[in-house]
Amino acid sequence: MLNQTGIPTLDQVLSRFPEEKALIRPKAILECYEDIPCNPCETSCPFDAIHIGPNINTQPKLDVEKCTGCGICVTSCPGLAIIVVQMKGNEAQFKIPYEFLPYPEKGQVWHGINRSGDVICDAKIDQILINKKQDHTALVMVSVPVIHMHDFVTIRVKNES
Amino acid sequence: MRIESHPILDFPKKQEIFFMFEGRKVSGFQGDTIASALHALGIKTLSYSIHKKRPRGFYCAIGNCASCHMIVNGIPNIRTCITPLEPNMIVQRQENKGVIK
Amino acid sequence: MNYKDLIIIGGGPSGLCAAKTALEAGISVLIIERSPHVGGQLIKQTHKFFGSKDQYAKTRGYDIATKLHKDIENLENLEILTDTTVVGLYEDHVVTVLHKDQYLRYQAGSIIVATGASEKFLAFENNDLPGIYGAGATQTLMNVYGVLPGKEVVMVGSGNIGLIVSYQLMQAGVKVKAIVEAAPTIGGYKVHASKMTRLGVPILTSTTVKKAIGTNELEAVEIVSLDKNWKEIENTSRILKIDALCISVGLTPMHQLLSMINAKMMFVSELGGFVPVIHENHQTSIPSVFVCGDAVGIEEASSAMMEGYLTGLYVGKYLNRLHPDYENLVKHYESQLSLLRDGPFGVKTKVGLTKLKEGSSHA
Repeated sequence: MLNQTGIPTLDQVLSRFPEEKALIRPKAILECYEDIPCNPCETSCPFDAIHIGPNINTQPKLDVEKCTGCGICVTSCPGLAIIVVQMKGNEAQFKIPYEFLPYPEKGQVWHGINRSGDVICDAKIDQILINKKQDHTALVMVSVPVIHMHDFVTIRVKNES
Repeated sequence: MRIESHPILDFPKKQEIFFMFEGRKVSGFQGDTIASALHALGIKTLSYSIHKKRPRGFYCAIGNCASCHMIVNGIPNIRTCITPLEPNMIVQRQENKGVIK
Repeated sequence: MNYKDLIIIGGGPSGLCAAKTALEAGISVLIIERSPHVGGQLIKQTHKFFGSKDQYAKTRGYDIATKLHKDIENLENLEILTDTTVVGLYEDHVVTVLHKDQYLRYQAGSIIVATGASEKFLAFENNDLPGIYGAGATQTLMNVYGVLPGKEVVMVGSGNIGLIVSYQLMQAGVKVKAIVEAAPTIGGYKVHASKMTRLGVPILTSTTVKKAIGTNELEAVEIVSLDKNWKEIENTSRILKIDALCISVGLTPMHQLLSMINAKMMFVSELGGFVPVIHENHQTSIPSVFVCGDAVGIEEASSAMMEGYLTGLYVGKYLNRLHPDYENLVKHYESQLSLLRDGPFGVKTKVGLTKLKEGSSHA
């Protein structure tokens, strides 16, 4: 249970995924499961694809048609609760927020981690973007095997040992 | 135990400051408080309690709780967690309520 | 003796915002701050803030502190005294301070107490060992002074501060072995909790610290599970080897100056402890003394800022120096404050404020 462990259930996660056919393009997954007063995702989206409305406690809803998967919301969310996903053949390509050192580098292979903090697969680092607007939150493009699409959420560096 | 690199903050190298702790010459950096400089040196015990002489360190680090009292340049009850480190300070552990000379 | 229309005690987010609206009404303001810098606890907040644009959402705390200071530093009739502690508040509106070994006195037309809050403590065996720190203290050590509190820690408390500081510890390279929470559910925002579980940090609810272990310094901690009556469950004891324990069990308002001046006080647990009884315009039982921010009830910095702007406006009205845009601004900030308190996390505050209001009607 989210309230006891901090880990959302698979049902909760799936409720934020659009239909698979929409994922031929990258789309944002808004994992905000609680009413808290917050709306930078809505105000940062350049395509008006995230809707909260005047009561900022409302959980954000994605307009799947309008979302281009640009990733601006990923680095704007103060709770780091948004990722972008796209299905490409036998891979799922993600854009995730990352705020630790060392930063991953293009071409490296890191651990793919699920929401419980367990290693589930290898994650291929495709690109890493850092600019001033992101304010120290790096945007990392990473690919994992598509069967892990609903489990993968972040990366962890592989230890030399 | 200083932070070398950090994903959000920058910790530029600062001027080294030498001071005395319990008769030993030690150092911290410009911008340190006495307590942060001692902590960076691995010194966590700042004083001893009045009756049972139990070791004490700081707790709140912003000057509210009085756990961090030490004798600085002969003056007792100095809140070391909010007192900026200055060159040649003489810092000693306090074991009593403080004797003001 | 120096006269000021308004003396604001506390240069944190609430005090800085109060100064802005007061200065815009042409009031002379002195901010008294005991630290070497203004910004309060914001200066060590490295995370991005929530709320909306008005509360600088998605801006990191330390940048908000800089912005709030920049907003006022060039305004006329402002004096800021840092490294200055208020040592006396008197009923004839005299404020006495200690400024770097100098004793100074001021005469105030009005006073805003914006002294914020301090961290609560937790009772358990050996809780006085060096190596046991408030969560805010570990934040100060890491983010202000660049010093690691330890190599392996346990966080006690899963409110927002406990969850956020745990994340910041990991960012600084400190291993958080567990977050323990005595209640059966996590106290803070679940997005903060999820950030920690992704890092492999377990959040152990219905768990508490039984004792700290160590001779001269903390070396380990014993944790136990609790049943639904908050009683220890036998045979659930675990020892975790750590060199720092962070206690994050809540904040309590720093009300002491208000008690000194004999303002009517009330104990409201939902607001964190002793708070002054206030009217709707944040006036205490002493007409010229106002209060805003955590000093009148523990909330987030976003609320402290909105309360600050409002109290600056109310003081202007009290001094008959109305802000040129008084009505609109009051309406705007009051609605922002109401929105911030509208969700499930605002329920406790609203209950507390209602109790406080009832206390005020008996005044």
